[in-house]
This record gives sequence, structure tokens and C-alpha cells, in this order.
Amino acid sequence: MSAETEETVAADGQDASVSRSATVSHGVGIPAPVSDQIDVLDAEPALQLAMELGLTADEFAELSRIQGRSPSITELYIYSLMWSEHCSYKHSRRQLKKFPTAGPAVLQGPGENAGVISVGEGWAVAFKMESHNHPSAIEPFQGAATGVGGIIRDIFTMGARPIAVLDSLRFGTLDKPRQRYLFEGAVSGIGAYGNCLGVPTVGGEIYFDAAYEGNCLINVMAAGLVREERLTHAIGAGPGNLVVLLGSTTGRDGIGGASVLASQEFTQAAESKRPAVQVGDPFEEKLLVEACLELIECGLVAALGDLGAAGLTSSASEMASRGGVGIDIDVRKVLRREPDMQAFEVMVSESQERMLAVVLPEKWPDVQQICDRWGVAVSAIGQITDSGRFVVRDSGIADAAGQIVADIPAAMLTESAPLYDPPCTRPAYLDELAAFDIASLPLPDGSEQLAACFLQLLASPNICSRAWIWQQYDHQVQNNSVVLPGSDAAVLRIGDTGRGAVSRRGIALSSDCNGRYCYLDPYRGAQIALAEATRNVACVGARPAAVTDCLNFGNPEKPEVYWTFVAAVDGLAEACRQLELPVVSGNVSFYNESFGRPIYPTPTVGVVGVLEDIAQATTLAFKQSGDVIVLAGCPTAAELGGSEYLKVTHGLVAGPCPQLDLAAEAALQKALLAAHLAGLVASAHDLSEGGLAVALAECCMAGGLGAHLDTDELADGLSAAESLFSETQGRVLLSVAAEAADALLGQLVAHQVPCQVVGEVGGDELVVGSWLQVPLAEMREAYEGALERWVNGSAHDLA
Amino acid sequence: MAVGGASSGFCFGIVVFPGSNCEQDVAGALAWLGYRYRYVWHQSGDLEGCDALILPGGFSYGDYLRAGAIARFSPVMEAVRTWVAAGGPVLGICNGFQILTEAGLLPGALRHNLNLKFLCRPVSLLVEKSVCQWLDLPVGTVLTLPINHFSGNYYCDDLMLGRLEAKGQVVLRYCQPDGSEARQASAPNGSVDGIAGITNERGNVFGLMPHPERGVEGITVGSGLGTDGRYFFSAIVKRMAGRA
Repeated sequence: MSAETEETVAADGQDASVSRSATVSHGVGIPAPVSDQIDVLDAEPALQLAMELGLTADEFAELSRIQGRSPSITELYIYSLMWSEHCSYKHSRRQLKKFPTAGPAVLQGPGENAGVISVGEGWAVAFKMESHNHPSAIEPFQGAATGVGGIIRDIFTMGARPIAVLDSLRFGTLDKPRQRYLFEGAVSGIGAYGNCLGVPTVGGEIYFDAAYEGNCLINVMAAGLVREERLTHAIGAGPGNLVVLLGSTTGRDGIGGASVLASQEFTQAAESKRPAVQVGDPFEEKLLVEACLELIECGLVAALGDLGAAGLTSSASEMASRGGVGIDIDVRKVLRREPDMQAFEVMVSESQERMLAVVLPEKWPDVQQICDRWGVAVSAIGQITDSGRFVVRDSGIADAAGQIVADIPAAMLTESAPLYDPPCTRPAYLDELAAFDIASLPLPDGSEQLAACFLQLLASPNICSRAWIWQQYDHQVQNNSVVLPGSDAAVLRIGDTGRGAVSRRGIALSSDCNGRYCYLDPYRGAQIALAEATRNVACVGARPAAVTDCLNFGNPEKPEVYWTFVAAVDGLAEACRQLELPVVSGNVSFYNESFGRPIYPTPTVGVVGVLEDIAQATTLAFKQSGDVIVLAGCPTAAELGGSEYLKVTHGLVAGPCPQLDLAAEAALQKALLAAHLAGLVASAHDLSEGGLAVALAECCMAGGLGAHLDTDELADGLSAAESLFSETQGRVLLSVAAEAADALLGQLVAHQVPCQVVGEVGGDELVVGSWLQVPLAEMREAYEGALERWVNGSAHDLA
Repeated sequence: MAVGGASSGFCFGIVVFPGSNCEQDVAGALAWLGYRYRYVWHQSGDLEGCDALILPGGFSYGDYLRAGAIARFSPVMEAVRTWVAAGGPVLGICNGFQILTEAGLLPGALRHNLNLKFLCRPVSLLVEKSVCQWLDLPVGTVLTLPINHFSGNYYCDDLMLGRLEAKGQVVLRYCQPDGSEARQASAPNGSVDGIAGITNERGNVFGLMPHPERGVEGITVGSGLGTDGRYFFSAIVKRMAGRA
């Protein structure tokens, strides 16, 4: 949704809004009003309504100053939405400028509906991640479904055919019936929308933790494919051009979604806000995708933007603002699904599946013809002007002089939104948790206890098989899926299936964030999120190329919450610089709190990588008996802080989160890529939650093969539990044909990556010296059906 | 409408309904196999130049009301009906199968999956002895193809089931990877008697829930999905060539 673009300012690198507001205070630079006959509100009720709509008294004073008078009701609604946290990023914009955004492959950085990078051979990939947390916490099916619909529109707005969706989900623990309802509903909603649309859902990640109980997270990442020369923008240009609304009719649904739901904390009253949740129609969106892509293909639209949060208001004002032009809209021309809608209701409606296009008048008949063919409703609702004003009129009003209901300097809505630098206080809990003495906890004793611990980890909702989820998603439509869900990252072939052009190139996609690490250390946790996402992409054989993010935090007006936000942004920005990756798009979601308790800081990171040839793609599955198992990267350390082991065996989230050496991480990923290119990797899997033991189990189960490791060859000085379950970063587990093992080790050593041969693939059990001996079937029993057991309620009876 | 492929004179018509979403995949598979194809728009009754028709997967009309229930009223379906009566070959994949049953061109119905979940995963299929013109594999062959549907739970009553059996109309059954257990217990969606695909009495109309077009190129690694989909498009071309 265009309204959520955090990057409008982040892109230009200059703090435009500061100088603008100085301009405002002098009353210079504001284009003259079009009308002087607007029905304005009286000052007192206007202020009262402004507060109800979420504006502060200062913000109300500022908008009155810009208007030079008290606002009309429509104007007040427009300002309240555009200056809401959701649309204006008023608490985050200054921080987001810290991200590096440039790079040789970047075709479109922050500031548009989605970021775009070149992936070679004239192909470009548009991608972005976005949250739909608040609606989903109220109505999970529709909330998640419209989350998919919204991000998909951001992609085809750029002229790109949507080719992939990934979902990062967070819920409370599954022993709570409400959490099972939210989880099942969200998964069904994502599937129902994406499947119908014919866009494969190829990956994602999910965590369950009590921290998300009142406020689940639904982050959706989408990617699209476009020829570089077909890139389209949401920049309204050319006075006299028609402003055209395509797609669904406009109703009262979703009114106040952005300002009411997404920009405040949750309270008991949230349930009553259910009517503010939009309802999705994926069939309409499918028709809209096809119609819009055909319009672009035929060169019939000068600009295209989607209607997301804050609906027509944000789409039209951003288009005008970006183009430095005015826009004049007649709400009477908007096709409606309900009678008697007021002008402001039409302007703020968040009815889904709508797009806004700018069309040259002479091309209007052709546009109508294509839309008719696809059964997509289309109406010319206004035009681009040179007034610099965002004018809303209602031609249904009998008195011609009173037809204009809003008259706002367009640029002020986006560029003069208030900006805040809220106070920051380092939360006291950080030191307390970091100081927790993990060594004081009893360690599992003997192979029996270790095996029990291991199986418990495999069955943990945060580790167990996600097949129950991704089998509900069409992950193959478009016939370009090379690596399916279940490996470290998804791999898609770059090909416009069925339209002739198919290449050998591919992209890899991964999204990651361990919220527990971010809770224990927001700076390092955010860096680990990037390190893991890039490592996942490198594991399947791709070179990480660019980043999108979705920064989920609590109430930014609370100093301790805001501190975690700043720390996470600082950490992520620094990690992006060190790994030389640009952030090309993203989204911030604040106010993820319920009943005064914030979620874990959750800066979800999405990474797109590039493969020169999809033949490079590798999965995590062990391939053949006799293959040599290599552990590469940082030496395993005693790092059980924030681990799944600590949570599962002791019910604790404490200790320092794992260290991260970004230089070592970069070296590992470069070495891995070189090894892939040399054809030396039979399987690759990153070590994350559950450490070495879980990674081994996953490689074994995926390949249907056992493995045999010698404990003597694992790290020195560590206990069995630490060796097996420690979540030390910067490690990957590789397997390689015995005859190629030396070459692989040579590659790793040449890149100064520590590595050791730890064992061999084969048999039908996982044996780790005297510590573990578990049959494949037993691991599968724990791992494969676990999620379904948690969902249907049988797992927690046992737990 | 686009015409793809070139090396053979045989031309497939791919019928596109609003909401179809596998038509490009079918086209890509046919092009890869070297066959010509053209799209047939749902509002058109023009099947000129087509040698066989394919109704692709997707969500025609959003699957609103019931999968296939609205698509069957599309103008093109009148032409398809005439085509079938004249013995013309038609393949319905997934949503195409659902449309064919809704249109009465194939017997039975496709209900919601037994677990009420959408299912996207590979399945094992046993080739049965049938009159189907679209498949010429030896009886007992085991294939692997992906399914991808919410309503693939085939249903017909016992009387109809007996007739399907007697007339060689059951083409594919879900089974275990070794070909055993080709019955309801192996059907991930709950289909009666494990039925995954059926044909009409004449053998020219074939509907199946699995997606053969997803098993043609073989670009997917490590999934157990191979290239068994290739068999589904070549048999009809051979048969028609033999007839001509």
C-alpha cells in the first residue's frame, strides 16, 4: 500500500520536511487555494474531531495554519490519515535515513511502491515487505488475505508481474485456543488470497511466543518480475491528464483502518473495531492484475498507483506530491457500493482491489476497452492540474459554488507531515536478562536426557516441520519454482512463463528475524536477522543482492520502546553496510502492543539473492550415503542465551543473544558461493534455532538418510548440550561427495573460513558420538506432525 | 491470441476463463514440448484451428458459489459441448476438471477436501485400465505429480462408481509410492475409491485433479517431482495423428 511507504524521505537523503515547515510558517510557497467557499468546521468541534481521529492539538494547529483557516470535515479526515503514524512515518522517518540505499543493481530505491533491482539480462525484480498486523489480530483470515492483496498491488503498480509471496508470522503460544484460531485463520487467509491470484507462496517463517499473544504479526513480502524498460511509477505528471480509478467499487469498509487500527495501541475495545477490517476479493484482484499489466504493456498509462491504507486520499495525494502537480477529484464519479456516502467517506474508504492511474485523454477509450474485456470497472474521476492543490469536489451538490469540499496544498500532506524524535531510554530489563547465569542451570545428563531434549526441540512449534502450513499454499503456480518451501530459501527461475521468455537465471528469497534475540539485544538481534536471511540465500546457491524490511515495534511514544527501535535500525543499517547490501524498500509497524505490553522488537528482514544459473540451486537434504559432512564458519561457542533450547527445556528467554562477527559472516557467504559455483556443494543448511543437532536432523529427514558424527571432532571444551544446541551464528552445515571434500575444504580455507569434517552421511539414524543415537523414524515422528498436533490440541496435552 | 510453439502442426486450444491462473503454465509446458497452442477466450465460441482443448487450473470466477459452477455458463462452454459431442478431445486440469463435472461433461462432483484445507503437494498416481484417449501408458504405471486444490474430493454414488469401473472410465487413482493401496485411504483429499482422474464413456474428455503441466520441464530440485507430466500431452497428439 502506497500510504505505508516509509521511504518518501529516506530516499532523498535530505530532511525536506524541516525546510518545508519553515516555509510554511512564513506562509510562502503554498500554492493559492482554488476555492474560497468551502464549508469549514467551527474551531471547537474541529479540534474535538481531530483528537478523535488521532491528531494532537499541535498537529491540528499546524494543519489549520497550512490551510490558513479551520478545515472542512473532508480536509480534516484527509489530514488525519496522511499524518497518521501509518501513513506519515512520523516517528521513524529520521531513523530510516540511516539505511544505505544505493548500489549498482538498484533501479528504484526507497520512495516508490516497491524497490527494484536489476537481476541481469534486462530483467528486474520489484519487491517489498509490509505488515498487516493490526487487522489480523482482529480478523485473522481477512486481515492476512488483504495483507497479501495489498503488497501484491504494490508490486504490479511498478509494472511487474507478481511472482512470489513470503510470509513472516508471529503468534502467541499454541496452547491458547485464541492463538490457534489466529494462526489457522491467517494461514487460511494467505492461502485463499494467494492461491486464487495465482501467485506462489514460496517461503516465510513463523515463531510462536507469548510476547505476540495480544498482537500477532503478519508480515508479507512479495516480489515481481519486470523488463527493465517496462518499469512504471506512481508519479502524477501532465496537467490535463485524466485520473482514473480501476477495480472494485468503493464502500464504507475499512474506514479508519490506518489511523484507528494501525496507529494506536490495542485495548479491550479492539474487537469492536472489526468493521474497520477490510474484506478481500482475490478474484477481483486477479482481473485487476491482468488488466493493469495489459494497460502497461500497451503503453496506455502514464502512472499507476494502488489504493491501500488511507485509500484514495493517500494514493492521489502521493501521486500529486511526487509529480509536483495538483489533482482534482470529483467523488461523485467514484463508483460506489453503498448509497449516500459522504465525500470524506469516499476519500478515506479502504475498499480493496482498487488502482489509480493517470491516462492521457486520447488513450482513454483504449483503456476502457481493455478494462471492459477483463470485466474491471473503470471510471475517470478527475484530472491532473497545475494548481499544486489537492482538490476534492462533489458535483452532486446542487449549489455549484459549494461543490468543493477539500482544497489542500498537495505537497503539505506528504512532505509537511509532522516528524518526531521521541525520547529514548535504554530499557532496564536488558542488563538484567544479559546478566542471567546460564551456567547455573542443570545440563542434560547422559545420552537419554540429551535425546529427550533433542526430540523435544524437534517437536517445538518454533522448529518443527512447516509442511502443514506451506501445503496450504500453492507454491508452484507459474512453474518457476526451483527450490520449494522447506529449504533455507526459495529459488525461482526468472522466466515469464507462458509468454515465451524464459532464462536460466534465478532469484532466491528469504525472510528472517528471531524476535527473542532482538528482545535481548535489539542492535545485534537486527544484525542477526540480516545475517541469517543472507546466509539462507547463500546456502541455496545465490548471491545476496538487496534487502527489504518490516520493522515491528511497540508504542514509539514510550521511551524504552523507541530506544529498541533506534538500536535495531542502527544495527541493521551497520550490518547492511558491512555486507554491502542496499535497503530498497520497507515498512514500519508501531503500536504493536496490547494491554500495555509491547511485542518483542521484530525487525523482519527480507533478502533477494541472484543465481546466474538455476543449476546452482541446492537444497538442505543430504543426497547420498558416503558424502562427507562439513561444519563451516565460526567455531561453536557456549551460546545458549536466547536459544530455543533454553526456552524448551527451562522455559527461559534470557542471557546474551549469540555474538555476530559480520566480517566472518561475509567471508563465509563468499566462500559458500564460490563452492556452489564450483559444484562442490551437495547440500547446505544454515545453523539457527536448535543449533547443530537440529540442523543435522533437518538435513537427514529431508534426504531420508542418516548421519554419523564423531564427538571428538566437535568443538573442544563445550558440554554436549552446548555443542549440540548452541545457536552460535555464522555457521553452515555442508555435505559433499567424498572425492570433492578436499576441494571444498580448500575453497573454505582460501576464504579464511574455519571448517572441519565432522562426519559422514549414511544409515537410518543420526549418531553423534556417545551423545545422540536417534533413528530417522523417531525424528520424523517428533518433527513432521508436530504443528498439526499443536493446532488440533493434542500436543499440549502431552507437553 | 498468442500462438506458441511451432515444431508440430498439432494445435492445442487453452480455454481462458476470468480467474484461470494456470493457462500460462500449460502454454509454457506445451511450448517446451514443441507443440503449438492458442488461447480461447471464455466469451468466444471460436475453436477454429484447435485439435484438442485444455481447460486449465485456477479459480474461474473466484470459485465463488462452487468451483466451476459459474464458469460452466461461460459462452465458450456451449462450443465446448458441441466439440465434445463431435468427439473432440478435451482435458480438464484441476479447475478444468471441476468445470467439466459442473457442466455435466464428466460424471460425479468434486467436493471440499476431507480435511477442509487447501492441499499443495506431490502425490503418487496409479494408471488404471481405461478408455481414455489422453493417456497411453501401460496399466499399473506409477506417476508422481503435484496436486493443488481445495475441492478435489471426487464423489459419485455407488451406482455411478460401478458404471465408471465397468466402462473403463477411471483413469488415475491415488496410491502409495510403490503403487499399492490405490483406494480411498491413499487419497489425500478423501476421493471416493481413490479416484484422481476420470474420462467419459467415449474417452475423449479427461478430467484430473493433479497438474501435469507442473511436471514437464523438471526444474524443481529435491522435491521428488520429475517429468511425468510429459505423458499427458503427447498421447493425444500421437492418437490424433494416427487417426488422420
